[in-house]
Amino acid sequence: MFVDFLYELRERGVKVGPQEALTLSQALGKGLHETTLDGFYRVARALCVHREEDLDAFDRAFAHHFRGVPDDALKIAEEVLQWLLDPRSRRELTDEEREILEKLDLEEVRKRLRERLAEQNERHDRGNRWVGTGGTSPHGRGGTHPSGIRVGEGETGGRGAMAISARRRFRDLRSDVTLDTRQIEVALRRLRAYVREGAQDELDLPGTIDATARSAGELEIKLRAPRRSNLRVLLLLDVGGSMDPHSEVCERLFSAAKRATHFKELRTLYFHNCVYGRVYENGSLTRGPRIVDLLRECDRSWKLIVVGDALMAPWELTASNSPWSWTEEDRASGIAWLVALTGHFERSIWLNPEPEAAWYGTAEVIRQVFPMFRLTLDGLTAGIQHLLRGGERSR
Amino acid sequence: MDFARFRGTDAYLTSPELESAVNCALALERPLLVRGEPGTGKTQLAEALARALGLSLIHWPVKSTTKAQDGLYVYDTVQRLYDSRFGDGDVRDIRRYIKLGPLGEAFAARDRRVVLIDEVDKADLEFPNDLLHELDRMRFRVAETGDEVVARERPVVIITSNAEKELPDAFLRRCVFHYIEFPDRELMARIVRVHHPDLGNQLLDQTLGAFYQLRDVQGLRKRPSTSELIDWIAVLRRAGVESVELDDSLPFLGALLKREQDLLAFAEAMHRGRRPRA
Repeated sequence: MFVDFLYELRERGVKVGPQEALTLSQALGKGLHETTLDGFYRVARALCVHREEDLDAFDRAFAHHFRGVPDDALKIAEEVLQWLLDPRSRRELTDEEREILEKLDLEEVRKRLRERLAEQNERHDRGNRWVGTGGTSPHGRGGTHPSGIRVGEGETGGRGAMAISARRRFRDLRSDVTLDTRQIEVALRRLRAYVREGAQDELDLPGTIDATARSAGELEIKLRAPRRSNLRVLLLLDVGGSMDPHSEVCERLFSAAKRATHFKELRTLYFHNCVYGRVYENGSLTRGPRIVDLLRECDRSWKLIVVGDALMAPWELTASNSPWSWTEEDRASGIAWLVALTGHFERSIWLNPEPEAAWYGTAEVIRQVFPMFRLTLDGLTAGIQHLLRGGERSR
Repeated sequence: MDFARFRGTDAYLTSPELESAVNCALALERPLLVRGEPGTGKTQLAEALARALGLSLIHWPVKSTTKAQDGLYVYDTVQRLYDSRFGDGDVRDIRRYIKLGPLGEAFAARDRRVVLIDEVDKADLEFPNDLLHELDRMRFRVAETGDEVVARERPVVIITSNAEKELPDAFLRRCVFHYIEFPDRELMARIVRVHHPDLGNQLLDQTLGAFYQLRDVQGLRKRPSTSELIDWIAVLRRAGVESVELDDSLPFLGALLKREQDLLAFAEAMHRGRRPRA
């Protein structure tokens, strides 16, 4: 009963897994819910919800799942006890914990999965659904789950779901389209370069030992400057038009970069479609520095990150008197400005939120100027590696 | 039931949800993660819990520079070097220079302690992850001496967060979670009564009315919270104010609204509110 409820939670986006299930069963085993449905609600909420954003989803799931259930928690307690008594039910749970519990050979699981898939194709309705729903839930839920969870029955189903879930999870980690802020922050972490500079207020232990040894045991304290980040980042964001669908992921990247404490300096400027003589300080493109001045202020060690879909009308890239350039001296073509940018900085990357299949036309041209990476976790990580390689080589 | 249960204290009122979460954390011996608006009593919870269980509290306020290691122990190299030069005590005994941090202290203590890891999200991104293992196993090894510090009595760990940063999933999964909702008027009246037992009913009613209306003012950056209400009432009483009404001459508004923009937003709302009446 409560395992079904956990699936209901997952369906509503509350990411509960084996750990929650085990903890919950442990809590119920200890009688923390005081054998009331209200008690169960409170205990389950404390254990299954990890962030306040999920509270609402939890409430809805609970209301839906337990609608019409009389307040006979005694039954719940009994079921849980039974569930605990039966070791096999534990393995039907989910993911990695189960993996640890069972210590099953992954190869064997894969084999079973293949067998299962073959078997399922024959049984038409269920089989298709089973594989199909793998997409929405990491557990390959859908058709198999309600019976799969039940003890004893559908054992192979459970195993298959495990392999599928493992595969799905892996993919999520690698290149999920929705990058959350934390993932970006973690990826940005790698973008760092430290130097020792500033006031000497950190004990240099090896230096002190060395100096002390040299003066025959007479203590001589050596100090040194702490390691500080020496990385400056220039972030140029394409706004408006075709970038609107990507505004959320751009915002996340922006807020993650803003919060990253390990940049010595971060400048964020905006442009529309392509960079011309000027970039802007806000999204409404009203005022901002000229590129010429910007390049004077930011020396070549700055890391340039451009975020844009690189899609525009071809003339925006090639025409030398684009409507976006106002003054005479700014009248170079878009591509010329881009070349100027990459030429100035030691390392620069272009992050494109569009999938690679969409990198055609102007994007293809820009790609020849800028190393282009996708704005996903993979792409960001590769891009950052590219930026860092430049830094190391110059030293 | 073989574990201590928490039912709130005279000075700290709880909701059934909060009690349940605390009791889950106690029974399952897991850290309790408390989130909620600033000023809803996250930190006080740990104090109340320690008092209710009769345990002593170790407060570990987390700052942006705090490292997970600091909570376990610090090896004071400089002191040791200094002592080796000026000969104060036996410098060969490295243990003298190992100073246990808040968590280490709680592990090493003979009796059970309550550890409050306050504002965990202030610290570095990796901070919660770095603590995972120690919180799970309730033991750690001092690298310099090879000693292992093992908790005799698993401490009760309360962690508060203001949601400034996202916490890692692995960390969240290990915690019992509770979100302290903003108290409704009824509970708030009880909370105020705890702090101001002899407050007149009329003034209580008026202050609560003004307070909740104020919280509904559009465009406030920081809405006043429980602690601010209690302070405000204290100021009002000290000044001998008998009755209040929500208008732009609300006395001691500064106790409730602390940002200039918020004061402006409030003035504007009052201004707008008056026009239809006139």
